[in-house]
Amino acid sequence: MELTADERAMRDGRDGEAAATAMRILVETAEVMGASRLLAISRAHIDGCLYHGEAGLAFAELLRIQGGRVAVPTTLNVASLDLVHPGRVRLDAETAAAGRRLMDAYVAMGCRPTFTCAPYQLPDPPVLGEQIAWAESNAIVFANAVLGARTERYGDFIDVCCALTGRAPAVGLHTDEGRRARAVVRIDADVRPGLLEESAGLAALGTVLGHAVGTRIPAIVGLPPETDADGLKALGAAAASSGAIAMFHAVGVTPEAPTLEAALGGGRPDLELVVRAADLRAARDELGAAFDGTLGAVSLGTPHASATELDRILATVERDRPVVPVYVNVARDVLASTDPERLDASGIIVVSDTCTYLVPVIADAEGCVMTDSGKWAWYAPGNLGLRPVFATTRECLRSAALGRVWRDDALWDPR
Amino acid sequence: MGPPVTLVGRSLVAGTAEGRTVVLEEPLSFWGGVDPRTGLVIDGHHPQHGVSLAGSVLVLPAGRGSSSSSSVLAESIRAGTAPVAIVLSEPDPILALGAIVARELYGSVVPIVALDPAAFAVAAGARALRIDGGAVEPR
Repeated sequence: MELTADERAMRDGRDGEAAATAMRILVETAEVMGASRLLAISRAHIDGCLYHGEAGLAFAELLRIQGGRVAVPTTLNVASLDLVHPGRVRLDAETAAAGRRLMDAYVAMGCRPTFTCAPYQLPDPPVLGEQIAWAESNAIVFANAVLGARTERYGDFIDVCCALTGRAPAVGLHTDEGRRARAVVRIDADVRPGLLEESAGLAALGTVLGHAVGTRIPAIVGLPPETDADGLKALGAAAASSGAIAMFHAVGVTPEAPTLEAALGGGRPDLELVVRAADLRAARDELGAAFDGTLGAVSLGTPHASATELDRILATVERDRPVVPVYVNVARDVLASTDPERLDASGIIVVSDTCTYLVPVIADAEGCVMTDSGKWAWYAPGNLGLRPVFATTRECLRSAALGRVWRDDALWDPR
Repeated sequence: MGPPVTLVGRSLVAGTAEGRTVVLEEPLSFWGGVDPRTGLVIDGHHPQHGVSLAGSVLVLPAGRGSSSSSSVLAESIRAGTAPVAIVLSEPDPILALGAIVARELYGSVVPIVALDPAAFAVAAGARALRIDGGAVEPR
């Protein structure tokens, strides 16, 4: 591993004890990753602020006591508490206190208290070619695929080491070679175009990709060119939940894939597959098949709802009043730009700073919880024992108004 | 059987340790797959669901999935429920990072070694292993 004079000085304590600790850990991990050098990053996103146990808290507090300050602008991922809506998360007092200490430790090191899994929705997102160190699987795939910024799959511990040093290992997705597609995935003509306009349809596609391509970067052929950021968010989040995807190309949609040849970077794919309507329906039913028992609640906004999505949800519930609780996860920054009176009047339950699949928020959900999120449906059963029914946003909100599961099955039929 | 041979692999986290082996047939994500309070495999889909990793030399084909596995390994080391060493068939930065941070915080060293497939197969057949840096000696 070759370090610059600046990096050696940091390791040897020039910038304080915390930066030295972070540099030592970063270098050792970078060697395991096969890096021969580090590169400078312009920003970081940390997910170590979600409480998993004492070791994670001890590490953050060690760095804070050692005088840690982030070297680049750094945002924070979701945490264990909703500080915007106190009391909404129902954790035992001890875990809540530890979770709060963890959030405070990162803020004390200069991180912005954004507490969102969708940092790409904040003003001034990363741009094409920018080298960054982001944690949180859905943010990683969005940054790489949709923004064209460059980050490896960072997570607990290494994220803050990158933030404190302003460096990351020069490997993998940080390099041109590491971003080339190795799988080609064609969407069959039997898939109804309307399904690909729905976040849930794209999340089903992401789930299929996650299962099928392993660690290869897929190039998707046949996604509508007008597919927007919210749709690509749903696709990436689901793909990173069911599989290990940290990057995808969508030909004619994402910035590094004007053509299939560009996405492949002159190489040849070692996997080609076709996704048909039946595959998307199977993914939908794997995520949460229909259920004729009680509908307990609806959960939307995983990853955190954008301003556009929140506005659409509000407009729908204003027309069609829910009779079961509708939870929507929204970043505090997005919430700040929404009319509070309109929110109050809508009756929806907004959750910020955390997420309804991570910590207990949904009260006494008898029966199933409907969601339009592939990621929520993937994790909520294991984390919280909730039973998901996976459907489009429209189906979820129509069901909330009817008080029972309602689905528009025709959308998922072959054309 | 010939005399025991020392296998040589790539040391990901340096250290020495010795113990009986627990050989897992499939990759395992520590996050959602291991309970750090008990050291038991809790992934219901894993063929060795219910097996205890505590105090063993864990012979694991690969880590899998979430980067939060670093936290779970570090937490297991803190709680004293972790393996004493880990032998892998491919380098895994996520597990290495968990061991590196636990060493930094608690001074407990859990060495991790990556072996090539042939050497890994030999290690997987051993009842006990002694680890010293990149050297893996069947006992």
